[in-house]
Amino acid sequence: MTDDARRQTPDDNAPDTNAPNTNAIEDAVAEEEVRLLPANPILSALIEPFENAVWSTSHGQDVVTLPREELRLFGTAAREAGFEVLADVTAVDWLDRHDLRFDVVVNLLSMQHVLRLRVIVGAPGDEPSVPSLVPVWPGANFPEREIYDLFGIEFSDHPDLTRILMPDDWEGYPLRKDFEVGAVPVQFKASHKVT
Amino acid sequence: MTTSETDERSTKDPAKKNSDRDTTREELDLWISGTEEPDEVELWDISSTDEGAQEMREDEGALRLKEQRGVVVEDDYTFDEELPDDERMIVNMGPQHPSTHGVLRLQIELEGEMIRRTKPIIGYLHTGMEKTGEGLTFMQGPTNVTRMDYLAPLHNELAFSLAVERLLGVEVPPRGQAIRILMTELNRIASHLVAMATNGMDIGALSIFTYGFREREQILAFFEKVTGLRLNHNYIRPGGVAAELPPGWRADVATICETIPARLADYDNMLKENPIWTGRTRGIGVITPEECLAYSITGPTLRSAGVAWDIRKAFPYSGIEKYEFEVPVGERGDVYDRYRVRIEEMLESVKIVQQVAEAMPKGDYRTDDRKVTPPPRQRIDESMEALIHHFKIFTEGFRVPPGETYVAIESPRGELGCYLVSDGEGKPYRMHTRAPSFYNLQGLPTMMADSLMADTVATIASLDPVMGDVDR
Repeated sequence: MTDDARRQTPDDNAPDTNAPNTNAIEDAVAEEEVRLLPANPILSALIEPFENAVWSTSHGQDVVTLPREELRLFGTAAREAGFEVLADVTAVDWLDRHDLRFDVVVNLLSMQHVLRLRVIVGAPGDEPSVPSLVPVWPGANFPEREIYDLFGIEFSDHPDLTRILMPDDWEGYPLRKDFEVGAVPVQFKASHKVT
Repeated sequence: MTTSETDERSTKDPAKKNSDRDTTREELDLWISGTEEPDEVELWDISSTDEGAQEMREDEGALRLKEQRGVVVEDDYTFDEELPDDERMIVNMGPQHPSTHGVLRLQIELEGEMIRRTKPIIGYLHTGMEKTGEGLTFMQGPTNVTRMDYLAPLHNELAFSLAVERLLGVEVPPRGQAIRILMTELNRIASHLVAMATNGMDIGALSIFTYGFREREQILAFFEKVTGLRLNHNYIRPGGVAAELPPGWRADVATICETIPARLADYDNMLKENPIWTGRTRGIGVITPEECLAYSITGPTLRSAGVAWDIRKAFPYSGIEKYEFEVPVGERGDVYDRYRVRIEEMLESVKIVQQVAEAMPKGDYRTDDRKVTPPPRQRIDESMEALIHHFKIFTEGFRVPPGETYVAIESPRGELGCYLVSDGEGKPYRMHTRAPSFYNLQGLPTMMADSLMADTVATIASLDPVMGDVDR
């Protein structure tokens, strides 16, 4: 009971940020053409040219979902729009999702506008490949290697796509959801049998 | 490893996978001298060594150098193909080296005494803590993340707790927030003291090493009083903090705030104009602001290059905007400036701690949401609901509504972020930590390019990497 009540709190918050746009939402339903764009002029100017980009908010943070082909183009535009720092790159494995199993999550930071933006691109499970962001931000080097290492997602045009944390002869990708948390046989465990 | 191979492997059943792994390990067994040489395995083939593809290779020279120095840097070094082999050599430093701050391994290409290329090799301390985090409830989560950056454990706990609270929509009472700021700012002082101490030791100033650790001991003793442990506290938890401050905490905090600035002034006098210290640190390990931004370098390293960026000012958390403090910046971005920035930051943190102690609000130190906070002991005897809540919290944990969020705080090393995804269960679906040391390490090749081998340890120490944070 209380669970459900609590679960609604973030949902209640989300429309608040869109509150001035309520009419716009109704119009969008009517015409099915008007896109939702953020109120922030920097963000809306960045997102508008990308027709396939979908903007939403998550707990007050701006999130843009993109087709993976447009990631580097969007990255270049974002850097020019003032997002000079790539704060973080990571991935999520949605094992049950059929079309796009992986999400690559890029957190951007603009120090001049004091702004954050999250970019999410999906990648299919049978061919997980995403354009690398190293040509835009050299700082994407280590985190993309980490994702390749732990999720098996390949980054095209990455200069040095090798395992970074796991040993080179490791099989499988540990952070995938179908990778079991196993136990390593310990050498001296057998001594228990003696007693 | 190609995609087709891996796909094939992932579809196999686990039992078969294990047997496959055994055979590959057998094939890779090292050849023992005196026995017959195996035919099929190339013994000294680079791919059969432990590091394999991570090794720095000779034929990648010119290309790799350009990448490492970043797209924003003018590359003035040309890879000289004609140079005889004995002029250029690749040396290996670490992972077992006292001055690499843990298990950092560097491959360094030298031309005489000049460093031309550097490649950091990491992963020796990888324990899969992000995977472990998926198996722990949200209340158990802080026990896991506190072990990542072991010099700033409270910051890790804070980042994780803030992310969980944002997904839950839970507000922490003012006293809980003030205690969080008090503890994390003290932790910043302790961490910077270690940075100062080890930086001194690496350069050869042994006395500063003992002094730094002596002052840190004061703070750790206070932490032990409050949390029960010197490191890995598990003190800051979703919903607030674990316990009330102990009686007499004001006196302890006052002593710390009195002694630290006075002694820091002494150490600063000792080092600031010391010709040996300045000679070893000024103009060493320089990084420009543009390079910092390109490599996602944050924290004191970024501020030493002259960028006044501090998340405490830009995106305040836990009510830190209520306290007055400055953001110290450097000018040249060298080892000396990073040392100065840390000293100044410690003094600013002391200011914050004093303000928090003066204005410590009264009230509860954790939220009264019974779904998150266990009920008080006496309520369990009286109320059936309280008993159920208590049982639920400590068996399956509380459920967090589906959603995702990214929360970042200013740790002593830079931007410490927590990306948390919940699918509505009692455990995180995905817990990712944006480790500042991991990103800062990317700037090391740029800092060390075209410098002397003898300055390597000073540069590494000034970056202050914690390998537990890098490898997680």
